[in-house]
Amino acid sequence: MDFDDAMASFDPVLGLEVHVELNTATKMFCGCANQFGDVPNSNTCPVCLGLPGSLPVVNGKAIESAIRIGLALGCDIAGWCRFARKNYFYPDMTKDFQTSQYDEPIAFNGMVELEVDGEIFSIEIERAHMEEDAGKLVHAGGATGRIGDAEYSLVDYNRAGTPLIEIVTRPIRGTGAKAPAVAKAYVSYLRDLMRALGVSDVRMEQGSLRCDANVSLMPKGETELGLRTETKNVNSLRSIENALHYEIRRQAALLAAGGKVHQETRHWHEEGYTTAGRSKEEAEDYRYFPEPDLVPVAPSPEWVEQLRATLPEVPAVKRKRLQAAWDFTDQEFADIVNADALELIEATVAAGALPSSARKWWLTELARRANEAGLELAQLAITPGQVAALQELVDAGTLNDKLARQVIDGVLAGEGDPAAVVAGRGLAVVSDDGALAAAVDRAIQANPDVAAKIREGKVAAAGALIGAVMKEMRGQADAARVRELILARLG
Amino acid sequence: MALTAKEVARLGELARIRLTDSELEQLAPQLDVILTAVARVSEVAATDVPPTSHAMALINVFREDVVQPSLSPQAVLAGAPSVEDGRFRVPRILGEEA
Repeated sequence: MDFDDAMASFDPVLGLEVHVELNTATKMFCGCANQFGDVPNSNTCPVCLGLPGSLPVVNGKAIESAIRIGLALGCDIAGWCRFARKNYFYPDMTKDFQTSQYDEPIAFNGMVELEVDGEIFSIEIERAHMEEDAGKLVHAGGATGRIGDAEYSLVDYNRAGTPLIEIVTRPIRGTGAKAPAVAKAYVSYLRDLMRALGVSDVRMEQGSLRCDANVSLMPKGETELGLRTETKNVNSLRSIENALHYEIRRQAALLAAGGKVHQETRHWHEEGYTTAGRSKEEAEDYRYFPEPDLVPVAPSPEWVEQLRATLPEVPAVKRKRLQAAWDFTDQEFADIVNADALELIEATVAAGALPSSARKWWLTELARRANEAGLELAQLAITPGQVAALQELVDAGTLNDKLARQVIDGVLAGEGDPAAVVAGRGLAVVSDDGALAAAVDRAIQANPDVAAKIREGKVAAAGALIGAVMKEMRGQADAARVRELILARLG
Repeated sequence: MALTAKEVARLGELARIRLTDSELEQLAPQLDVILTAVARVSEVAATDVPPTSHAMALINVFREDVVQPSLSPQAVLAGAPSVEDGRFRVPRILGEEA
């Protein structure tokens, strides 16, 4: 069934669970490094391996981050709460339980407002609770690497015990056909907020921000929730939108044909479809109970207020402010946001560049290079300060755009700041009249027809001579000065 | 509160302990004795005694966010029945998706 037909008959209801890995130096309950990409099982100890006799101790910084996240989501902060054991048997958790929070989350009753295509949506946050991440399994031995035909699994416990915050919404109704876009906007909002708070790397491709998307359909006019599915493995903003789009169409087709939706976990495939995973018809019994090895967390009102004072400007508000200050159109600004260039441009402007110059470098030359290298803009080996310094050299006439691109090559190759690259590679524009005049004379001699046209007043023909001079000077001539010299000779 | 053999079987399932019918019959009354004993605590505890999960009346015991040395991967994997690529090798688990 196509999406518009589905929307003509049904109203979708969303429920989003977002997991945020905190970027603390150490894990939630032990002093092992919290670091992505290290040698497997090198950041483990008796606590995160669940060895007998080991005892957890809470990372105070993680509690601080959890409270700041809760406050930024408009939540109430619990005056007293505990950790709980969620018991399950799976090799990603050696202890056979995950230390989590159950009926006493540290933050609850929040709300965020999103704008999607000019319409405001209020998303109610049910809770944000603290827990630990599990180890990472690689399924091996099968043809596809998928669990279905894997012969065995390999486990790396470096991630086990990483501090996680799980943010759960209340059912989101009334989004209609915008449901997939609202879900994407919500996760994008959380990503920006976490980044602004500085509490997480929020790298979806590395799993430090993950979203499980629940959706159910109600026939139009009804108010009783339908059976829902929970789609996992949604690892990018685009996938959230696509996965919900697909799942809404799939459920609508089932219901319209008189069938029913199975309450189950589904797995998103980047090729554009979901497959059934674990059935959720039988409610799971995790036998939660309060964690006896940890004492309660009871943040004082004073501490909470101190942390509230550290909250950053809400990203959506900040965007409105910056767009006005920089005087960009909606489209220009949207391009910046979509390219993840907002912070980079903000820092480049702070380092002295004009917003239009900062935007030009980051969205054209640097975006192209990041794209070619398969990197994000922020991962390029050039800082906003260096981009501002580059533009300063252009403004001063030391560099033209072509030379500036060579300077970028140098900076990215680790040759130092733009000024150092200019000196090291001898790249500065030649505006010394002696050298330029000789080249101009040679160009005029070599192109008598062009010279004649200019003498007749066809000034536009000067471009051909400028080009010849630039070629001779290997791009390092000051084009404006060359033009002046040509017109002076032939005027 | 008489605990039934069926309830004990469910507990066994959750704890991944396989129990024979005779074990279920034997365990049900024994677990029942324990539950009854614990239930008597509720009779003693008045409403002014809050439920507690910890023996000490402590709150907010936190650790500084400073990295401590981990074990070496060799030490970590030394006791593993099977190792591959520096990782624990475990049988595949059906019906669940991590």
